[in-house]
Amino acid sequence: MRLTCPLCGPRDRREFYYYGAAEYLNRPAPDAAPEAWDDHLHNRDNPAGLVQDLWYHEQGCCSWLKVTRNTVTHEIVTVEPVAGGAA
Amino acid sequence: MPELIAKPALGAAPVTHAGTTLAEADLPQMTAIAPWPGQAEAVGRALGLQFPLPNAVTEAGGTRLVWAGRDLAFLIGGVAPEGLAAAVTDQSDGWVALTLSGARAVEVLARLVPLDLRAAQRGQTFRTALNHLPLILIVEGEGDFTLLTFRSMARTAWHEVEEAMVKVAARAL
Repeated sequence: MRLTCPLCGPRDRREFYYYGAAEYLNRPAPDAAPEAWDDHLHNRDNPAGLVQDLWYHEQGCCSWLKVTRNTVTHEIVTVEPVAGGAA
Repeated sequence: MPELIAKPALGAAPVTHAGTTLAEADLPQMTAIAPWPGQAEAVGRALGLQFPLPNAVTEAGGTRLVWAGRDLAFLIGGVAPEGLAAAVTDQSDGWVALTLSGARAVEVLARLVPLDLRAAQRGQTFRTALNHLPLILIVEGEGDFTLLTFRSMARTAWHEVEEAMVKVAARAL
């Protein structure tokens, strides 16, 4: 498996660290209902098909990446930097 | 001020296998330069070098700016001026530099580094891994590489590379 880092180019999976669902980027407001926090922290869909998750390029440029991939075909659709205007 | 004696990380003699030589290089002053947001160009100008794009090295004379991550480059062989629009930290005593050069250097690195280096050229650098060790790989020329890794892991790095050299030497050309 390879991910194409927006900075470093195509790199082997072992340079990356998997964090979890990209849902972690959508943090609820501090005063949101407990249900919203429960969803944010714990409740995940498990679709056969497109999923988005967060990867960290730890043995590379140290960027956080949002990866869209297909769990059926194993296709990596997009790899985007989480930080805006990465350079 | 006490007189401090600079010691090499390894003090090891160069080894050669399969016409490829591994040696410990003297590491000149090395400074991490992390420009403030949007200041990369200005920082490059102040250093007399272009701030490098990802996977690239810019150099002038004996001074190099080596890309080392998102918004980060290492200044090697030069001194950062005061007042740079960047976070500047001296890294000199935290790193070790090894050189690997020779006809089969690419084959040796292919066993340790998850990159295809067959077309690597001077001016390129890669922030990657040497097995499990963090690595900044600088391409000096065809079959000629400088490997920067953490000084605390110098002996492990040396062992890994020498082992790979022995394995490559054991295979027919």
